[in-house]
Amino acid sequence: MTLQIVLFFIFAAVSAVTAVIMITRTNAVISALFLVLNFASLAGLYLTLNAQFIAVTQIIVYAGAIMVLFLFVLMLLRPENEKKILDMKPKLQIFAMIIAFIVFIQIAYIIFFAQPLQNISPDLTNSIKAGTIEAIGRELFTKYIVPFEAAGFLLLAAAIGALVLAKKKFE
Amino acid sequence: MNIPIEYYLILSAFMFFVGVAGVLTRRNAIIVFMSIELMLNSANLTLVTFSSYLGNSIGQLFVFFVMTVAAADAAVGLAIIIAIFRNKLTVNIDEINILKW
Amino acid sequence: MFNNAQEFFNTLPLIIMGGGIVISLLIEIYSDKNKVILPWFTALLFLAVGLHSLFYTNDVSIVMQNMLATGGNVNIFYAIFTLGAAVVTLISIDYIKKYDMYFGEYYLILQTSVLGMMLMAAAKDLFVIFLGLELMSISFYILAGMNRKRAKANEASLKYFLLGSFATGFIVYGIALIYGSAHTTSIDFITTNFAGLTSNLLFVAGVLLFLIGFSFKIAAFPFHMWVPDVYEGSSTTVAALFSTGGKSAAFSAIIASLFALFNGPSGNVFTPYFAVISVLSMFYGSIVAIAQVNIKRMLAYSSISHAGYLIIGLAAGNHDAIAGVMFYLGAYTFMNLGAFGIVSLVEGKNETNLDINSYAGLASKKPFLAALLSILMFSLAGVPPFAGFFGKYYIFIAAIESKLTWLAILGVISSAISAYFYIRIVVLMYFKPATNDFQIETSNSAMLGIITSVIIVILLGIFPGSFLDLITRFI
Repeated sequence: MTLQIVLFFIFAAVSAVTAVIMITRTNAVISALFLVLNFASLAGLYLTLNAQFIAVTQIIVYAGAIMVLFLFVLMLLRPENEKKILDMKPKLQIFAMIIAFIVFIQIAYIIFFAQPLQNISPDLTNSIKAGTIEAIGRELFTKYIVPFEAAGFLLLAAAIGALVLAKKKFE
Repeated sequence: MNIPIEYYLILSAFMFFVGVAGVLTRRNAIIVFMSIELMLNSANLTLVTFSSYLGNSIGQLFVFFVMTVAAADAAVGLAIIIAIFRNKLTVNIDEINILKW
Repeated sequence: MFNNAQEFFNTLPLIIMGGGIVISLLIEIYSDKNKVILPWFTALLFLAVGLHSLFYTNDVSIVMQNMLATGGNVNIFYAIFTLGAAVVTLISIDYIKKYDMYFGEYYLILQTSVLGMMLMAAAKDLFVIFLGLELMSISFYILAGMNRKRAKANEASLKYFLLGSFATGFIVYGIALIYGSAHTTSIDFITTNFAGLTSNLLFVAGVLLFLIGFSFKIAAFPFHMWVPDVYEGSSTTVAALFSTGGKSAAFSAIIASLFALFNGPSGNVFTPYFAVISVLSMFYGSIVAIAQVNIKRMLAYSSISHAGYLIIGLAAGNHDAIAGVMFYLGAYTFMNLGAFGIVSLVEGKNETNLDINSYAGLASKKPFLAALLSILMFSLAGVPPFAGFFGKYYIFIAAIESKLTWLAILGVISSAISAYFYIRIVVLMYFKPATNDFQIETSNSAMLGIITSVIIVILLGIFPGSFLDLITRFI
């Protein structure tokens, strides 16, 4: 048992459990807080995968910015708690759960029995090199410049749209 | 790197399933939206896993863009929820029912 | 970046569009007359990009570090999106004043959504597909909720947003699995190694998840539940854009990313998936549309059944099928835009005149408008001299070539069913007494947009060969 394996199992257990807790709470604020914990443990998993830049971005962007926005909106709106988790059309929801579960089993089956996964030979040096800011930044500003520009327009559209939809004054 | 790649992939498939189940069963728009964020994150975990085991950074770059999109989505989505709350004073999908769901 | 002038001119539509967005932003901020300038600037921008793409079609060139393919059939997609968006702009100008919801941002978001569609058509890498799709989708969520005084518009926007993001989750997970099995996101690599990759279950699962996500965006049957509500709830002009631009862009992305699907002589692993959802969409759309009384909901269900006909082309999977799908998308864009344009014109303030019975006797009060709407309805039903017929014809021929004759026959049966509810509108307009006094506000810009689309529908119907030649030259 190396440290890496211990860390993997700790973070994996935390993220799996918090995900389940997140979707079964009636109070949205508690759900949001468990989601923050889930995102933080994902950042830990990214570190075990040598993805240092993504791990830091995960904390800053997801746990730090997006979830704070969620909590801010929850504080602003203060929605009342749901009475039950499964209330409306329970039969339909159970049916949907079964379908989703079958899809999960299939994906798990494919992952365990797919041939090419066994051919992937992990190479520690390349893996560490791929996760540095240097490697990601170089690719981002050379090869992936078109997606980068598109992301700029995306954020522009989102900023304008959020203002239009949520601003108080209506002409 | 002595953890088999399947462990990570199964974990992310499980989180994806939990996210899908959350979207399909919950009625609070904000919790549905959080479940969608969970789905995106499980896909991110798959991408980072492949990226790390294959030793190329394409997957991590993709995660970077998914995060950008998630941030934009969160801004727009929460603005929509605020707009609907102003008109209807609820975020429960079942009470938002002028149009048939 | 560019090796020669041709590459530059091929990429020019994207550059003009991106520059246009920045200029529009400056107009909106600094000009005092922005309410007059911005709509017409937007329409002219779309027109300029569309005409450039249509008349400057060269061979495909790959630019920007293998990220974008420009020229060739991509330019034809550009022309469909931008000319369609130009018509949407024209019908919007007076419509949004009628509802007192003038926002300069409306035109700005319209432009960003079209930029997203163009990126999807041009993509040579899954990164560009994903970002183009999200740029378009986020713009659409905003447009759906733009009229935020109306509770219905809020709701439509929330539904569209939640289900659209749900679909995005599937697309991202699908891309992750595709990346894991192909070790790259380059579409060229996937196309050349498609046969080898499809023997890998992980790749097939990834592509299926990707296609499920896109089935939401093209409004195919099991993933259609948002369509009627979103079209009914959002403004008519915006619904026109969703049903034409959004659908065309999703099909262009499927064609761009899975071009390898179209190389086989008779289909591939994914043919059964396409065949099943096409049959379900066609029949579900056609049959449920008969029961609708709201004209926007009727057009929404008709849009589901049209998605079904288009998916027959994907199931057929040969080069004629691509040509057929592109022809159909061009024809469908303009006939649907014309129909939505007339609905938006007849629609009174506060959503009156949306019931199909309120169209009774339109011919006696507004003969010209009724004639235009009849042409569009005949074209949507697939009656021969108009564009809709040839779109269906080319797709069904391609299906027969791929030995999917049963699918073509089911398509013909479904279009016969759907003819009922299109022709019913014509019958109502011409043979029923008028119960409505039709207080239609005249709008020259909207009439310009509607007449243009009717002319395009007629021209594509009379000279289908010349447009088809233009498409097939590059496939």
